[in-house]
Amino acid sequence: MKFVGTSVKRVDGVKKVTGSLKYVDDIKLSKMLYVAVKRSPHPHAKILSINFEKALAIKGVKDIITGDLFTKRGGLYLEDKNFLAVGKVRYRGEAVVAVCAISEEIAQSALEFIDIEYEVLPAVTNAKDAMKPDSPLVHPDLGEYKWAPVFFPVPGTNISNHYTLRKGDAKKAFETADFVVENDFYVPHVQHVPIETHTAIAQMDADGFMTVWASCQSPYAVRQALSEAFDLPLNRLRVLSPAVGGGFGSKAGTTLEGILIPFAKKFPDHPVKLTYSRQDEFENAYVRQGLHARIKTGVNKDGKIIAVENEFIWDGGAYNEYGVNIAKAAGYASAGPYDIENVYTDSYCVYTNHPVGGPYRGFGMSEIHFGIEQNLDMVAEQIGIDPVEIRRINGMKPGGVTGTGEVVEVAGLMECLDIAVEEIKFYEKSESTSPTKVRGKGIACGWKAPSMPTNAASSAIIKLNEDGTAHLLVSAQDIGQGSDTVMTQIAAEVLSISPEKITIRTGDTDQTPYEWQTVASRITYSAGRAVFEAANDAMNQLLELAQIKIGLSKRDLELRDGYVVSKIYPDRKVAISELALGLTFEDGSGIHGPIIGRGAFIPPNVRNADKKTGLGEHPVVFWTYGAQGIEVEVDLETGAVKILKVVSVFDVGKVMNPQLLEGQMEGAIAQGIGTALFEELMLKDGKVLNPSFVDYKIPTADDMPEMVIKFVENPEDTGPFGARGVAEPAMVPTAPAIANAIYAATGIRLNTMPLTAERVLNAIKAKNND
Amino acid sequence: MKTLIEFTLNGEVVECLVDNQRTLLKMIREDFDLTGAKEGCGAGECGACTIIVNGKALNACLVLAVEADGTEITTIEGLVVDGELDPLQVSFIDNAALQCGYCTPGMIMTAKAMLVENPHPTENEIREGISGNLCRCTGYKKIIEAIQVVADQNKA
Repeated sequence: MKFVGTSVKRVDGVKKVTGSLKYVDDIKLSKMLYVAVKRSPHPHAKILSINFEKALAIKGVKDIITGDLFTKRGGLYLEDKNFLAVGKVRYRGEAVVAVCAISEEIAQSALEFIDIEYEVLPAVTNAKDAMKPDSPLVHPDLGEYKWAPVFFPVPGTNISNHYTLRKGDAKKAFETADFVVENDFYVPHVQHVPIETHTAIAQMDADGFMTVWASCQSPYAVRQALSEAFDLPLNRLRVLSPAVGGGFGSKAGTTLEGILIPFAKKFPDHPVKLTYSRQDEFENAYVRQGLHARIKTGVNKDGKIIAVENEFIWDGGAYNEYGVNIAKAAGYASAGPYDIENVYTDSYCVYTNHPVGGPYRGFGMSEIHFGIEQNLDMVAEQIGIDPVEIRRINGMKPGGVTGTGEVVEVAGLMECLDIAVEEIKFYEKSESTSPTKVRGKGIACGWKAPSMPTNAASSAIIKLNEDGTAHLLVSAQDIGQGSDTVMTQIAAEVLSISPEKITIRTGDTDQTPYEWQTVASRITYSAGRAVFEAANDAMNQLLELAQIKIGLSKRDLELRDGYVVSKIYPDRKVAISELALGLTFEDGSGIHGPIIGRGAFIPPNVRNADKKTGLGEHPVVFWTYGAQGIEVEVDLETGAVKILKVVSVFDVGKVMNPQLLEGQMEGAIAQGIGTALFEELMLKDGKVLNPSFVDYKIPTADDMPEMVIKFVENPEDTGPFGARGVAEPAMVPTAPAIANAIYAATGIRLNTMPLTAERVLNAIKAKNND
Repeated sequence: MKTLIEFTLNGEVVECLVDNQRTLLKMIREDFDLTGAKEGCGAGECGACTIIVNGKALNACLVLAVEADGTEITTIEGLVVDGELDPLQVSFIDNAALQCGYCTPGMIMTAKAMLVENPHPTENEIREGISGNLCRCTGYKKIIEAIQVVADQNKA
């Protein structure tokens, strides 16, 4: 292959290095109005009255709105959310009143002249407490809400989704197990921290047509949500996402856009803008949900795991419209990438008066694997085999059966594990040069499936130009992962023209075709397949015309370097530029017209699992497997953990662009290290204590270790050129591999993230005192 | 209150009657429509707004615009000379040292100032030099490599 599998340079590279790419906050429009939001100071309170007369009287303030104007609830999977609070507030920071003014400064300054009277309600700020029968209810009317039928809210409680998986007879198997190891783990809330905060602009034309520019991963999902919430027909609502300065899930679904629509409606021809401050981003954008996990593993002396029982309690925060699916995805994956006969899992998404949980790279997998992979090491130690061996015995192999009862045909886990073990030199002891520091190596596996509706669709259009160049239209969003480049490569490969001859356009619901969402590590796979289909469609049209022109059968023709060429007589060819607008005969007549390739794709045969048992033949499109080996050095005097080396190996099906793929893997490691070692959204009584970069640190260049990135390529049959998704899975094993390495170095086992120096030091001291 | 200031912006002498409260970042972005420098935090913690003032990398969000009076300022837009990308820009593309691109202008400006001050940095000096610029996408490895390539060209 010429283009697929090679390190084609980013097609968006020049615009990004020159600073000329316009992100939403860079868009300057005339007559702009600005919005500021008054937020709740209470985690849970009834709104008694709102008085904004004084604020409205300020010069430059155009209008002020409250949630009472728009009481229709919305949400991706469970309709539990309003853009502005209605009746009560459910987390500290919830948007209550929005001010629209002629400048940002005036809008901001008007906020302090708004008086809101609250009746404070008892708050619940721990997901386990929230499940108790006497807990305050965050959503007392849950039973009246609408939700997708694959979720199971429990009205009258704080449980927004109770997922169950019942495979085999775990209870019975535990009775016969030689050893049972059971542990609790806790993973706190973290923030996505895209460098670009959320921002959006809305503008309505005089004829009622609404345009929204949003820094969002999924313009079609935003369009759908806004259409429902504000009764705007889809053909009168255009959502554009010109560029996204980092997403990681935080800009999935819809976030702040709805706050702008009422103002845009009221002030036609005025663009209305809202940009989150960094503090807003920490407090009011989605957060990664906290997780209380209990994992119980039953194993026989020979190392074969015969049963697992899991309880996952997700702290979903005030609104769970998206979080319910994280609980479900975690349930599907709860056995880990292991072939285990008996699995018993309860995964609960629970309302609390915390910031709103939502999709974060990994979609629950990083969180559950922190427990799964540590528990596995403890099991191995219990029966006296090493961490690699227990994974070799139980790890998924082709023909194996997943936790949800699906037989898998492709599973490159063992190859990944072997490479990780070899590259990290797992069996070679490494010594620190310092007498007060110790080193250790840890290993962890991971898996993830795209967590999306079974029928999530993609589409693509390719328009051929009369000079032999082409336009590729998709709504897969390049949020940094490089999809613009990979989509271009796929089209270039099929059409046999160089990537420079293809211009890709994305992110415009009026101009680019449907894409469900840029999430779930599904874009290379799903949008890529749609592009593949579109290019093939264009190719077929070209071959049809060429066979008339050349007088050779279509099956003997192929595309080669901008020509349709005979496979047998290479000198008989016609330029695709000549056919781009159709075929013209010598008498001047023509047929067919312009070549436009159309591609559409839904992953085939993905069906809902059984509602009660969670079992299903093919409930997810594919699983991506991988393993990481990590070496750490622990300072025994300070507890500080330094990551020395990370080896990351994944079965990606097909490496589409080695350089960009490496970048995805390296970025995932960075996020994995940050969340493992020091990132935590500190919450006290519902308040975020560290909403700034001073107090919430993310990894810097100084924190990064040596990284070795390797790939395995067992093709995914339905993916373009065999590709499957990997951007999220890549960070899944990092935290547990670090925890396992710390154990190898020090003998201390840490069940709570992050693995801060303080926590490590306390554990070392406690161990020394034993 | 507004003040009339004069300074050199990307090689051109310019004037601006600027609000005394306006930050340098805001002036550059809104009064001069140079939007390459980004506001990532508004508190000098992320480096997305980095520009070069009198040869030094500076967080433009932390400085008032009036302080620009009499200075010489280069923004990311000023790195392209006669249509030619700066070697750092070329290297960032060649080494895939960018993903979402939001930190990229600031990162390149920091690297640019660093290489002027220290044309032959070690890998550790590069790491340290860009440690005030946050990137959430790349894991920094390819950024360090991209800068190293240009530093090595300096040696030649």
